[in-house]
Amino acid sequence: MAPASCALCQNAKAILKRPKTGQQICKECFFFVFETEIHHTITQAALFKPGDRVAIGASGGKDSTVLAYVMKTLNERYNYGLDLYLLSIDEGITGYRDDSLQTVKRNQLQYNMPLKILSYEELYGWTMDAIVSEIGKKNNCTFCGVFRRQALDRGASSLNVDHVVTGHNADDIAETVLMNIMRGDIARLGRCTMICTQGEDTIKRSKPFKYAYEKEIVMYAYFKKLDYFSTECIYSPDAYRGHARTFLKDLEAARPSAIIDIIHSGEAFEVRDDVKATQKPQQTCKRCGYMSSNELCKACTLLEGLERGVANSVITDKARKKLDAMGPAPDNLRTIPIFRSPLPAVSIESSQDQ
Amino acid sequence: MSTIDLTIEFGGGLELLFGNVRSHAVSLPTRVPASNSTTLSPPVSTTKPADVDYLIHHLRDHVLKERPELFMEGDTVRPGILVLINDTDWELEGEGSYQLCDCDEIVFISTLHGG
Repeated sequence: MAPASCALCQNAKAILKRPKTGQQICKECFFFVFETEIHHTITQAALFKPGDRVAIGASGGKDSTVLAYVMKTLNERYNYGLDLYLLSIDEGITGYRDDSLQTVKRNQLQYNMPLKILSYEELYGWTMDAIVSEIGKKNNCTFCGVFRRQALDRGASSLNVDHVVTGHNADDIAETVLMNIMRGDIARLGRCTMICTQGEDTIKRSKPFKYAYEKEIVMYAYFKKLDYFSTECIYSPDAYRGHARTFLKDLEAARPSAIIDIIHSGEAFEVRDDVKATQKPQQTCKRCGYMSSNELCKACTLLEGLERGVANSVITDKARKKLDAMGPAPDNLRTIPIFRSPLPAVSIESSQDQ
Repeated sequence: MSTIDLTIEFGGGLELLFGNVRSHAVSLPTRVPASNSTTLSPPVSTTKPADVDYLIHHLRDHVLKERPELFMEGDTVRPGILVLINDTDWELEGEGSYQLCDCDEIVFISTLHGG
């Protein structure tokens, strides 16, 4: 086949077929359109304002590495006026996260951004290695997911940032749409395509790569020679997501626009008010102060189960009953440090310090 | 029998299936069985010029060390694996039917590993 020339500049040799549009484009035009689309996603959703302190959730993997690079590039090119930080969570998985954190430490130097690493061990007293040796590989993703979510908020709070951005890409979001449909989780289906989520007192979270295809993120990292880490987590990955992912990749092979089409379908759902109402109102965890839909937040419940030797208490009804039968939590139970909401608390905290 | 020499690179975690080695030098015959069978006996009657489809079978049968199902599905690479031919998306080069030339560099990158 004769090499095609770029559909945009009509000049250089095309090196990539865009999955979203089918356009054949050259390397320089690819860099430009990829970055510009992220810029449009950011400006159309008005994600930031000048002076915002923004943490990039950084795992060392492809998505967050490219996100850090693109955020830095756009912040400089368009004068967003953002203070950017890298925030990494160390789950304590030997041979996986310890290696990927080395990548983040190199990114810190390459991108000249301050890095904060918060570990499960420091926050919860348990590494994922210790949790898996207690509960086995089944269900360990539940612990990891709940703990990571709260750890990111707490890390962000300690950096005193306004906003956390994560590297979730279009493929991830389409997968989540499919999973929520397959689980009948209509309340989550209504939320999962939102670019920015913010609870009443939590730090904003958003996904600038919401419309960025995984293929383009990997190609971008490849052509820019970005330094990223790629190893599967050594503990069993989320099997249900794996099925959704395989299905989605098969769809994409047949029709590349499938990914963006599924996101649009997810965005177009209107969730009836009485379905939304099944969501419990948010309150504050009575033990650690983190937001919660129950008296105790999920992380405190999971931690209590671990500490009292019934770690599956939130997984199975039988174990839950066993934990209830043991009576109230002992006073010397290890707990998570009190969560101070960064937004209203900033002024209170500083006035106390002075 | 004349051969073509290729450089093969694996990335994005795919190298783990290939003995954790990223770069491999591979030689293929200029003509290969049309069936993509990589065992050269018995002698085959129908041949074709070596192409990327044949290369994928060759890599699976002779270079890959473990879990072939993570590399191939059906007669091609598993969906989610990107292929570049001399730093160009293989979708612009005819994908598996691209005829290999001496000194070509073929890169396989998995997109399936966590981010």
